[in-house]
Amino acid sequence: MPKQGVNDPHGDAVMAGLRSLSFDGTQRVRVGKLIRIEVQADSEDDALDQGTRMCERLLANPVIEEFVVSAAQIG
Amino acid sequence: MPQVRAGVISFPGSNGDHDAVSALEQDLGIQVRRVDYRETELSEFDAVVLPGGFSYGDALRCGAIARFSPVMEPLRAFADEGKPVLGICNGFQILCEAHLLPGALLRNQTLKFHCFWTTIRIEQSNTPWTSSLEVGDVLRLPVAHGEGAYYIEEHRLTELERNGQIVARYATDAGDVTESANRNRSVASIAAVCNDRCNVVGIMPHPERATNELIGGSDGLRLLNGILDGALAAGRSR
Repeated sequence: MPKQGVNDPHGDAVMAGLRSLSFDGTQRVRVGKLIRIEVQADSEDDALDQGTRMCERLLANPVIEEFVVSAAQIG
Repeated sequence: MPQVRAGVISFPGSNGDHDAVSALEQDLGIQVRRVDYRETELSEFDAVVLPGGFSYGDALRCGAIARFSPVMEPLRAFADEGKPVLGICNGFQILCEAHLLPGALLRNQTLKFHCFWTTIRIEQSNTPWTSSLEVGDVLRLPVAHGEGAYYIEEHRLTELERNGQIVARYATDAGDVTESANRNRSVASIAAVCNDRCNVVGIMPHPERATNELIGGSDGLRLLNGILDGALAAGRSR
């Protein structure tokens, strides 16, 4: 997600769209990214740890973005 | 005068590399070699340019993937030695992602791709790339970007201003820095910045695409020209 204070013209455009559809209560819109990654992991914590390191190294730019990592078991 | 040698790095998706080579080679008479992004040696060069384009299709964020190219490791060492590095447009974005320059480039406020001539005012002439210019000089250069809005946190902006790291700002033809001249809504109208040693410069407009009146303007040469003296000065101070 764009960090607080970072201009988000995408979010502004979406808000204008929602308002034009009469969602008058729309106060603020921020547009971010959802990245779904399947990993081989020993545990949920391990998966969270891998995801966090991926965000720090590549997936998020700490100057402009913040991130949240969550994990769930599949298969 | 000793011959200056420059490298222009080609990443997958670069499209300004040939323009940069042609500007440096044909218009300035510099010896130039196009460098593949997989190369691991840059020591033959006096200066290196990261060109414009859409490296890796701008996947994830502009410059985010290119930053991990093999050539970026010797580039970091090259920059650490105080040698001149210039990132143009996507090259600027890559240098920010690599933390060789402060800040980041965000989507233009208009959400449109900006492709037109713009005017910048030089704010710092103490870089190898702007050494032939003076503070207050006004250059007319083309831009071509979707993510050109420079962003930096407020406290870091103060630091940039204090250190003289703002190299150019968007301005009117008369050289006034106004809101309407700042069409992508960059923080503090910033069009170009440098690192704290002033040897690494990133610029959003394209000097390499303004080298001849036949193509609409030659102000780009006034900027690139600086490297003739700038590279030699950087070499001497090593």
